[in-house]
Amino acid sequence: MLRILHQLWRVGVATEPPPATDAAALEALGLELHRAIEARFRHSLAIRVVDAGSCNGCELEIHALANPYYDIERFGVSFVASPRHADALLVTGPVSRHMETALRRTWRAMSAPKFVIAAGQCACGGGEFGGSYASCGAVEKVLPVDVKIPGCPPSPEDLMRGLLAALRVDETTVSESCGESA
Amino acid sequence: MSAKQDLGTQLHQVGINTRSYSGVANLPALIISAADWGPAAAVAKAQDWRWAGSWADTDAGRMHLYALLAQGGEYLLLTAQAPLERPEFTSHTPHYPAADRLERHARDLFGVIYSDHPDGRRWTRHQAWPQDWHPLHPAAEVRTQGRTAADSSYPFITLRGDGVFEIPVGPVHAGIIEPGHFRFHAAGETVLRLEERLGYTHKGIEALAVGRNPAGLLHLAARVSGDSAVTHAWAASQAMERAVGATVPPRALALRGLLAERERVANHIGDIGAICNDVGFAFAQVQTSRLRERWQRRNREIFGHRLLMDSVVPGGVAHDLNTTQITTLRADHATLRQAVEPLFDIFDDHPSLEDRLVTTGHLSAEDAGALGCTGYVGKASGQALDLRHDAPYAPYHELLINVPVQSEGDVAARVRVRMAEVHMSLDLMDHLLRTLPVGDIHAPLPNPPAAACGLGLIEGWRGETLAFVRFDASGCIARYFPRDASWFIWPALERLIHGNIVADFPVCNKSVNGSYAGVDL
Repeated sequence: MLRILHQLWRVGVATEPPPATDAAALEALGLELHRAIEARFRHSLAIRVVDAGSCNGCELEIHALANPYYDIERFGVSFVASPRHADALLVTGPVSRHMETALRRTWRAMSAPKFVIAAGQCACGGGEFGGSYASCGAVEKVLPVDVKIPGCPPSPEDLMRGLLAALRVDETTVSESCGESA
Repeated sequence: MSAKQDLGTQLHQVGINTRSYSGVANLPALIISAADWGPAAAVAKAQDWRWAGSWADTDAGRMHLYALLAQGGEYLLLTAQAPLERPEFTSHTPHYPAADRLERHARDLFGVIYSDHPDGRRWTRHQAWPQDWHPLHPAAEVRTQGRTAADSSYPFITLRGDGVFEIPVGPVHAGIIEPGHFRFHAAGETVLRLEERLGYTHKGIEALAVGRNPAGLLHLAARVSGDSAVTHAWAASQAMERAVGATVPPRALALRGLLAERERVANHIGDIGAICNDVGFAFAQVQTSRLRERWQRRNREIFGHRLLMDSVVPGGVAHDLNTTQITTLRADHATLRQAVEPLFDIFDDHPSLEDRLVTTGHLSAEDAGALGCTGYVGKASGQALDLRHDAPYAPYHELLINVPVQSEGDVAARVRVRMAEVHMSLDLMDHLLRTLPVGDIHAPLPNPPAAACGLGLIEGWRGETLAFVRFDASGCIARYFPRDASWFIWPALERLIHGNIVADFPVCNKSVNGSYAGVDL
């Protein structure tokens, strides 16, 4: 126990302030959507992640959102296990044909209001794999997509900027709660 | 006597005719007949050859099968062919259980007929195309496709008995993880049987590779499994370079070694924390994910990508290092060495971790050997296999590799192997930077002769990784097959979960960490 406490004391707080969301990014993500989330989700967003065929690069970066540098949960964003609990569906990968039905069913299991975020180049536009005998291509070929976060894979900053912009959380409203960066 | 002559002689003794084959650059190979395909495996098995993968190819109106065997540091390729109209072979699976899924993959995608394969069920194919249509067979016509139904009729093997129940899990899992289906049979808390059903992320990588140029192939190879971007790109690149007889500058090779070790460290550190987290020891996850994040940020700063994608290019690497960057990296190594020491010390003997990790998910040395496990899964179960040591390719031929082997075969042993590998990688990277040769970081690939073939073999962080490449007459890719180490990790998971409680499945799974994308292709 002492070793653990010593380690915690030595490392301190690594968490950083969130990235700035500039006006252009907000514009791109759709102002209308922000209003809807603000009104409907009250600054809190429960996300269900579905890998619909990615190379797993996007998953690694979504995982990184939970590390102490980003600590995405402090902004009210949580990743939930059941689509029944989710406000948003975060989809990675091109939609492989073998995942098509599972993805549709996950989306159907979510209660309205709900929206879909496509994360990564493949989810946004088909990316490296595109459409083929085995792949439907971009997520929007299968589900209505509300927000796109490009990148191969999108970095945690890109993901956060996309999500935070969607939530209209910016530096001024959260800087008091996140403490000093290490 | 070479290993090839040795096996050739043994095959002759049982009446199997062989001919030498030199179609794959620098690799000893034997041609046998399609009917002898299975019997030859029986002889190889009796001679203790390790089975390291099999794949199909079609060329000049024939179906070609290849299988790679290994013994010590020696590799031997077996090949056989049959007419495209009826590509019938006997099977390796009765002799090598590791061959099961790779043969079913070739059956689904190419229409290879294995006359005595013990499992007639589909593997990579779900419901996106019919049984009699084979996407990689040259005669496959383009199909129009509507919605693809769920593969709900897959015939899982069922157990019956008092108190035995099934738990279906997936393809959509509770966490942020790749899709796959697990069918558990349990009695009370104890798992009696686990059957995996993968193939959900199949997106036709082998078909997408056809017609690409070398640079395009490496872009794709880096995305076979995102966590192994360097491994697969290097294997594909090595295959192409061997096929065309290219010489890669020594500085580029040293930098590739550096990149591969950086990938190993990032994955090991992340996974060690995740394994501890799966038994409720969140402290470990927080600490290691912090170290991993700093590592990845340095990747982006110096190599342009957090996961090192597209850092390996045909004939070399994309980024050179200047002296400042070398100093920065060496300082990073020192910092990481210092940072992991107190952490690994805790993970090694913390009582609550010991309670959950020691004896959990035990894989016997016999099973690991029979399933062909390499990497940390094999090493933790007594398999002292490491390409960097056994058949060292540049730059490892000049480095000292101490393969960390454990005999316990449990989750704790796999964690110990990975901790030892982090230390070893740091030493290797320091050595590579200290002795970094001067010169170019890439050389242009010569034009490939028509039908040039090459095989790349790289020790990725998961273990031995293979890539087969064949060029067409115009210098484009005619065939690419990447064999991730996960092909032999997934069957090991089905074995090692026996007798464990259902609730320990996540930690057992994480401790072996097979790639879904890497095998679904």
